[in-house]
Amino acid sequence: MFRNVLMSLEFSAEAQKKIAALCERYPDSATKQPVVLAALHLAQKEHGYLSDDAMRLVAKTLDLPYAHVYGVATFYTMFRLKAGIQPTGSTIRMCTNISCMLRGGYEVLEAFENKLGLKRGESNGKFQLVEEECIAACEFAPCALVGTKYFHDLTPEKVGEVIAELERDPHPEAEVV
Amino acid sequence: MPAAIGTKLVTKRFGDERARTIAGYEATGGYAMLKKALAMKPDDITAEVKASNLRGRGGAGFATGVKWGFVPKDAKQVHLVCNADESEPGTCKDRLLVYWDPHLLIEGMIISAHALRAVHNYIYIRGEMMREYVVLAKAVEDAYAKGYLGKNILGTGIECHITVHRGAGAYICGEETALLNSLEGLRGQPRLKPPFPAVKGLFGNPTIVNNVETLMNVPFIVDKGGAWFNELGMGRSGGTRIVCVSGHVNKQGVFELPMGITFRQIIDDVCGGVWKGRKVKAVIPGGVSMPPLDEHELDVPCEFDALMTDERIKPVMVRPGQQFDLGGGRALRSMAGSGGIVVMDDQTDIPKATWRIMKFFAHESCGQCTPCREGTGWLEKVSRRVAAGQDHAKEGDLELLASIAHGIAGNTICALGDAAAWPMLGFLTKFRGDFELKIRRKAA
Repeated sequence: MFRNVLMSLEFSAEAQKKIAALCERYPDSATKQPVVLAALHLAQKEHGYLSDDAMRLVAKTLDLPYAHVYGVATFYTMFRLKAGIQPTGSTIRMCTNISCMLRGGYEVLEAFENKLGLKRGESNGKFQLVEEECIAACEFAPCALVGTKYFHDLTPEKVGEVIAELERDPHPEAEVV
Repeated sequence: MPAAIGTKLVTKRFGDERARTIAGYEATGGYAMLKKALAMKPDDITAEVKASNLRGRGGAGFATGVKWGFVPKDAKQVHLVCNADESEPGTCKDRLLVYWDPHLLIEGMIISAHALRAVHNYIYIRGEMMREYVVLAKAVEDAYAKGYLGKNILGTGIECHITVHRGAGAYICGEETALLNSLEGLRGQPRLKPPFPAVKGLFGNPTIVNNVETLMNVPFIVDKGGAWFNELGMGRSGGTRIVCVSGHVNKQGVFELPMGITFRQIIDDVCGGVWKGRKVKAVIPGGVSMPPLDEHELDVPCEFDALMTDERIKPVMVRPGQQFDLGGGRALRSMAGSGGIVVMDDQTDIPKATWRIMKFFAHESCGQCTPCREGTGWLEKVSRRVAAGQDHAKEGDLELLASIAHGIAGNTICALGDAAAWPMLGFLTKFRGDFELKIRRKAA
């Protein structure tokens, strides 16, 4: 109802250009649907999270039903549906899956919770703490992933250094899109 | 001749920062094999790949050349899709392969696409692999600039495109039909097979989905021939094998090893033994979806067929006295899977480790099939209370776990259901005493 009235967000010119270029990459598709994940990543980068309006923006840009975009956005774990972390903040993805667990992954996660004052799944402006499933970095378990950076062989004692480093030099996931 | 320890194909550029640039890659022989391949007839390349006994390195171990042969001869538009959605717990090879040697993957893809007559090709990379996405996107861009990709590659008149497609966090997208749905911009839910992707895949066209490591081996097969590659391996498995060893070993890591190396050799000789001077209790041989081995089953090679058929590996049981039936009365022993080897020492709390694996599958079930959606949730809940022991575990919980797992296995659209059920039954079969202890403690 009133979708055009409610919609207030726009993509930046740069994002629009990226989306247009990506649409050319799937010539066998009858629709622009294959670009939906990329467009959602871009919307999240530019608007911080996928609000209802951000999803409507993706739907309009790709000529897709809003319901389809909503269905996709709610399926994948990297999409944030609520406001919390700022686009410049660091998402700490701490693995606790089997290889990391065997070498103290849960103890490291608890150390992150205590130092940040956040529970797993929560965020403040600067940090989001995620209990992540295997991040395919088992060769130096326990491991955390923050944007493009991996923190190796973690122990609860090293957590303070990691947070201090991220305070100085954040690694927002938004940089990658 | 079988490969010796130290033989390196796909990992030979690991540690060489220059190899990531196109100039550095070319300087070490890169793209030379592509030039040779483009002069070959597509069917001749497929024939070499068939002769090489290259088997899929993503988990199933299916013969790559045979898979390529399923594409209908009269297909108008074919796609090659590289599965770089590595997320099987314990597996960390594709991420490193993409990071250290992105151009080898691109070269392998162009050669394979030529063999398949595929024009528009895609690399589906896991959303969390942000560092690797940046590396790969740059490599693809550079390959276009140098004329290795485009409408008329190297002036041969052959058209080949690669697009890097980022996922957004979903283990299930590693399943090939879920991956294709995700590529098409849908929720990542697997499709019913048949039709198999080789007949009807991406956008309804015949599509071959191959793993990163699989495609990176293709240039070597073109260079030195399928027979040479086959001889490097053992039995019906050609080439070398990458294993990712993690858990309670002195030296965790990703190693390219001879196909015939045993788990004991990997743990003791390659990884410097079990940490803290302890002994092995359990080994997951190929990612958490695979039934575990116990300390008496480690003299088996990490080769695909050996893990399925070697009689030194005890069959997985549904309950004591009833063997799990893989179909037609075949026993389930284990599988080589994705090469993710997880070692657990003799002080490991096996029921707790099992719970963590079940928690993973409950989280990652896509929700499409009831046995998996509901069943993985129950496996997580019941295994959690068993692991908690004492006042939490209930009499009959082990029978309940086995019955849920048995109800999932074979009754779902994709293999995620089996992937949860098999390790549950496997751990119960081989470490039943550990589970019973949790329940008996309560009675005492």
